[in-house]
Amino acid sequence: MTARQPGAGLQTGLDRLRGRALPKNHDARTISALAANPGCARRALMDAAGVDKQRVAAHVGFAAQFGQSRFAIVRGNAFEAQVKENGAAQLLILLRDLLDLDVSEVGYADFNDVGGNSSAELRHLHTRHVLTAPDQPGRTLLDHPLLRLRVGGRHAYLEPDLIALRLDGTFHVIEVKSFAVIDGQADPGKVAAAAIQSAVYVRALRDLVTEAGGDPAAVSHKTILVAPRDFSSQPTAASLDVRRQLGVLDRQLSRIASIETLLARYPGTLTFDLDPDAQGRPRRPAAELAAAIGQVAASYAPECLATCELCFLCRDEAGGTTGALGKPVREDLGGIEYIAQARSLARGQVPAPEQAEIAAQLLRAAQLRAQVLGEAV
Amino acid sequence: MTLLTAFARAEAAAAGRAQRIRTVRHVHLSRRPLVVIPLQLAGEACAPLAVMLGDDPDKPRTLTVYEPRDRARRFEFAADLAEVILGHLDGYLPPDDPDVHAGTPTQGAPAQGAPAQGAPTQGAPTPGAPIQGAPALEPLPDAPQLLVPNPNAAAFLRLLGRSTRLRRTDGEHAVRPTVPLLGRWLTHYGERAEVPGSALLLAMTTALAEHWATGQSDLEDANLAALLGWVDPPDGLTGQQAARLAEDPVRCPPAGPVTDPTFDNEVLEGRMAAIRDATEAGDGPALARAQAAMDAALHSQLAPTWDLMWRAHALLAELPEAAHAQRRWKDDRRSFTAQAAWLREGGAPQPRRDSAVAAAKRLARLEREQQRLAVERAHDDSLVMAEYRLTGEAFAGTVVDADLTRLDTDGKKPKLRPWLIVQTTDAVIVEPDAVLANPAFPGQAAKVIEVADASREPGRTLVTLELSGGMGRALTAPPGSTPARGDAVTYTTLRDDFQPAPQFPSREETPWTHGGPPPEYVPTDDDAQEAWS
Amino acid sequence: MSIAEAAERARHATMSILADLATTEQGVVVDSPPGAGKSTLVVGAATELAKNGERVMIVGQTNEQVDDLIDRLATGSPGTAIGRLSAAAYTPSERVAGHQNVAARSSVADLAEHPVVVATAAKWATVREAERPWPWAIVDEAYQMRSDALLRVARLFDKALFVGDPGQLDPFSTVETERWLGLNWDPMSSAVAVLLTNNGHIPVHTLPVSWRLPASAATVVSEAFYPFTGFAAATEAGDRAMTWNTRPFGKTSFDLALETAATTGWALLELGHRHTLPTDAEAIAACAGLAARLLQRGAVTISERSPDPLPVTADRIAIGVTRTVQTAAVKRALRELGVTNVVADTANRLQGREFDVTIMLHPLSGRRDATAFHLEAGRLCVLASRHRHACIVVARAGIPELLDAHPSAEPVHLGVPVKFPDGWEAHQAFMAHLARHRVCAA
Repeated sequence: MTARQPGAGLQTGLDRLRGRALPKNHDARTISALAANPGCARRALMDAAGVDKQRVAAHVGFAAQFGQSRFAIVRGNAFEAQVKENGAAQLLILLRDLLDLDVSEVGYADFNDVGGNSSAELRHLHTRHVLTAPDQPGRTLLDHPLLRLRVGGRHAYLEPDLIALRLDGTFHVIEVKSFAVIDGQADPGKVAAAAIQSAVYVRALRDLVTEAGGDPAAVSHKTILVAPRDFSSQPTAASLDVRRQLGVLDRQLSRIASIETLLARYPGTLTFDLDPDAQGRPRRPAAELAAAIGQVAASYAPECLATCELCFLCRDEAGGTTGALGKPVREDLGGIEYIAQARSLARGQVPAPEQAEIAAQLLRAAQLRAQVLGEAV
Repeated sequence: MTLLTAFARAEAAAAGRAQRIRTVRHVHLSRRPLVVIPLQLAGEACAPLAVMLGDDPDKPRTLTVYEPRDRARRFEFAADLAEVILGHLDGYLPPDDPDVHAGTPTQGAPAQGAPAQGAPTQGAPTPGAPIQGAPALEPLPDAPQLLVPNPNAAAFLRLLGRSTRLRRTDGEHAVRPTVPLLGRWLTHYGERAEVPGSALLLAMTTALAEHWATGQSDLEDANLAALLGWVDPPDGLTGQQAARLAEDPVRCPPAGPVTDPTFDNEVLEGRMAAIRDATEAGDGPALARAQAAMDAALHSQLAPTWDLMWRAHALLAELPEAAHAQRRWKDDRRSFTAQAAWLREGGAPQPRRDSAVAAAKRLARLEREQQRLAVERAHDDSLVMAEYRLTGEAFAGTVVDADLTRLDTDGKKPKLRPWLIVQTTDAVIVEPDAVLANPAFPGQAAKVIEVADASREPGRTLVTLELSGGMGRALTAPPGSTPARGDAVTYTTLRDDFQPAPQFPSREETPWTHGGPPPEYVPTDDDAQEAWS
Repeated sequence: MSIAEAAERARHATMSILADLATTEQGVVVDSPPGAGKSTLVVGAATELAKNGERVMIVGQTNEQVDDLIDRLATGSPGTAIGRLSAAAYTPSERVAGHQNVAARSSVADLAEHPVVVATAAKWATVREAERPWPWAIVDEAYQMRSDALLRVARLFDKALFVGDPGQLDPFSTVETERWLGLNWDPMSSAVAVLLTNNGHIPVHTLPVSWRLPASAATVVSEAFYPFTGFAAATEAGDRAMTWNTRPFGKTSFDLALETAATTGWALLELGHRHTLPTDAEAIAACAGLAARLLQRGAVTISERSPDPLPVTADRIAIGVTRTVQTAAVKRALRELGVTNVVADTANRLQGREFDVTIMLHPLSGRRDATAFHLEAGRLCVLASRHRHACIVVARAGIPELLDAHPSAEPVHLGVPVKFPDGWEAHQAFMAHLARHRVCAA
């Protein structure tokens, strides 16, 4: 399924929104994070335009902490290097068991050896050529191919840390991660992230195969996760079925592609530009930037604290709302937007007709608490 | 989450401090718990970095792994940790059992485990569970309680247990005997923490959040410093102000086990590099200095959490204890005693995954405990009961009429079946034929005969109940064995239905539907060799 | 497809199942979509086995299901002695007590001469090993049975026929069960899932035809909830109809909804967009009001069951909800309208049951956010597949927007096969379908 391609007008509109800064490059991780809060217009516009949300948040005084420990990065790189060394020897053994594969015939092709300093487009073309040429050997491990995906009118070149396996005409995406699989189980949140990232690669590979005139079904929805086994650094492999994640991704890409409708709601002068000086320091008055951000509604929930760099800003805005207390709490307070409102109703304020039930419940809740806490010293 | 708790959060947000949602403390709290605060190195499954632990708020003890990536250092750390923890556990075992912990699983008994599917699983009954056929163990008078900051820390201890309990004490990859012993105890505590109502291993964020509602979300409550900021704000600050300050990792280092990435990158990396360099250079004095520097850095990350832990402990201790908390603590003590006995008899370590029968038994046990906990909590705590009263699953009222001598004459023998009519202003959603319980009269069931609106008083409901049980075998009820006219009563759908423990086939009888009996486990060197790198 | 063709297809499938039963070493699984004749199959298989002199034990999940089975068995096989094994405190329900060939006992020894014995899984689990194993068991609602319940009774039989509906609600628990995810014997998986994981050679059959769902519903339900196997309606559009004994006075939205439902088999009564408590008084009143109006207007149905039109009586109407607090509110609303005998219950308790007309309070109605519980495909499937003639959905506006904004942060567990249909997709498809039958409440 290919997303509807937006016109050039959209591109100018998004560029204006972002300002002079270069768009943040998307990689599989950031693309997969796009679906974290589909209902948030603020995030949708910023992500589509490639705005650096961290810098924007910092400039208006709400810097968020989304750093990564170098120990984790080093470990991740070391594990991946280990898996891939010697023509991916360790990996092949795992694949032999997982896919019932006779690995003696599996070749290894490293796409980093394109020769010289090529642009992303050229590297991508080379990848496409090699991956789909009919005279290629039947079984090959393909390292560092450069794939791309259309995200909001631009091509996102996916960082080449992916390996793919071509097995008799079918491609399997392989994702190497450094979180452990212990006794057959792994952190479900991390596996979910790996699954949706794999889906990004599956989608990109399918697009590539389609562009070359092939059948996208040649890219399997069964991907392979390689991760350390138990407490060692020895790898183990597990199969992931990413059909669901593909559906989620396609929907999200489609939403981004139709961002024009959302953008059209705002004046053409709206921009999140930081107006940096020669040293890169923002010159735009913080209050002005804050006002611009404020024009686009956000959809804050505490879950944003783990996934979006604007979280502290939006949380501050959401102060006093029941949503700031969490989705379950907001749901329990059925239809009441503001904490102050809930408290007034609990104290006997006459409710609007549509609030009659929740008002009665709140009144009762307050009475029960008072009764019990009054009894208990 | 219930409406009552949601409302309490709204009140907390406005009041600027957390609101009580429990009138009593539902977990046992030891007066001298062992507080354990682990820190792990980012990027690996279970790479201990440091741990601060102790049972005296004035005497924290810190163990540091100077080279957290070095396998040998990890096992040294584990041995050091074992000394402290096992030493603490020792204090609870009877003096005539000196070897229960110090003794190792006898050298002859192999370190066992259950590898992946289709492969052998362990042949012994679940450690810590009553051994079928053996006489019931009298639980020791007290058991050690471990306190950790949050559920991730508990999970880390569990993983540490898993990574150490299968090690061998002989052969090529020998470790000191206390290491697998520590592993088995940590695993035991970690497994016990999954049992509803257990207090053997407590995560303080969970314990605090059970008793107080803050004015922030439950996701934010996972930060111990922020949570305490609401429960016990410093003078002059609102809960929210205190929580915001607590979110700054420079001011309030995270409670772990995950460290602050900026700390890792800007401080820790440097300290570890200095130690590496000094070691390689063979420079003794430099090494000592570098180690001291790393100690200081880690101490700065641990000490604030240490203080928070004891503050949390004190706050919880101020609450009166719930009536049934001791019943549950007794089960915890029993589990501790059984595990000690198991180790004394040279029993095998916990397997990696549950077999079919073990899994089914455990699920049954967890569900049973969950049910008991729900009933006991509501009976012990009027605020919990209030949650049920709000939904209509419980109601409190007055007995306006009673026929305490009513007999049921259908059937061969007449039975005593008194009727009560209770008037209440609470919502009532129970239907006729539902069976209710009254916390003040355990063992007595009340069947709903009719629910009717009180004709002359709007907002009041009349519930007719038929009582059975708890009145002896005679045809008249002894006085006081039932509620009487004029009494205030509470009735709830929450009942302990006293089902007998379900029967399960033995391991050898695992049916073909579930893959048949798992083959006997034959230990190999792989388990002992399992790298920790 | 004509009814005759449907009957032929069903017969063919049943023959194939019985043939496998005759030769199998261990067992057969039959997937039975809603109203596909599961009970007929169970009765047929039990009768066949008893006729051949084989003793058979039948495992039901609830007392209600056991009594239903016994009622049908006893009626279908008046010459067979049937035993009802139950707890000592159990008193036989009317429909069981009415059969001469049924005996209710609390000990299996007292039923030694009964070739067919029926009981709940819980009761079977208490039966001691001493008696000789049954050569045959029939496990009913095997997809709703938890695998730990199967573990406790499997020792009692040699071979078994497992029948159930894979599209309905999965087993659940109130405790944390993640530690068993991925295990071949996960006690939280359904009995069929564990059975097939450990015994991959056991054949799985599907009953191909729904006798219950009308042509207007079979395709919708099949595509949304049974994406791989699918099924067809036994009847064609012309075989069934619903009409009224009275004409309405005005064009209230209730009447419009009822008429849409009668004509097309579906209706969506859409209330104004609002976030409410689960006990949304307006929505609850609409559900009860629709039932009352249906009865007031005297609905009658024409179907293959009878040459004459039959009135839709109150007991043939069900109101399906998600939570027990909603059940209580609906029952109160019905009482206030003076309506009796209309069934009101949660999806959990409506599983396996059948009605002429169902009214559903949409699981997502009035909600701000969707949760895994509310999105569960099985729940919606149960609510949408109980009816023989029409299903009316009551929902506040805003559900498609809610679905669109739903973040997909689902955890993924290794070793656990991905379940289809995805709840989100099923809800999306269902709402898209309902949009074509929307009636806005005034």
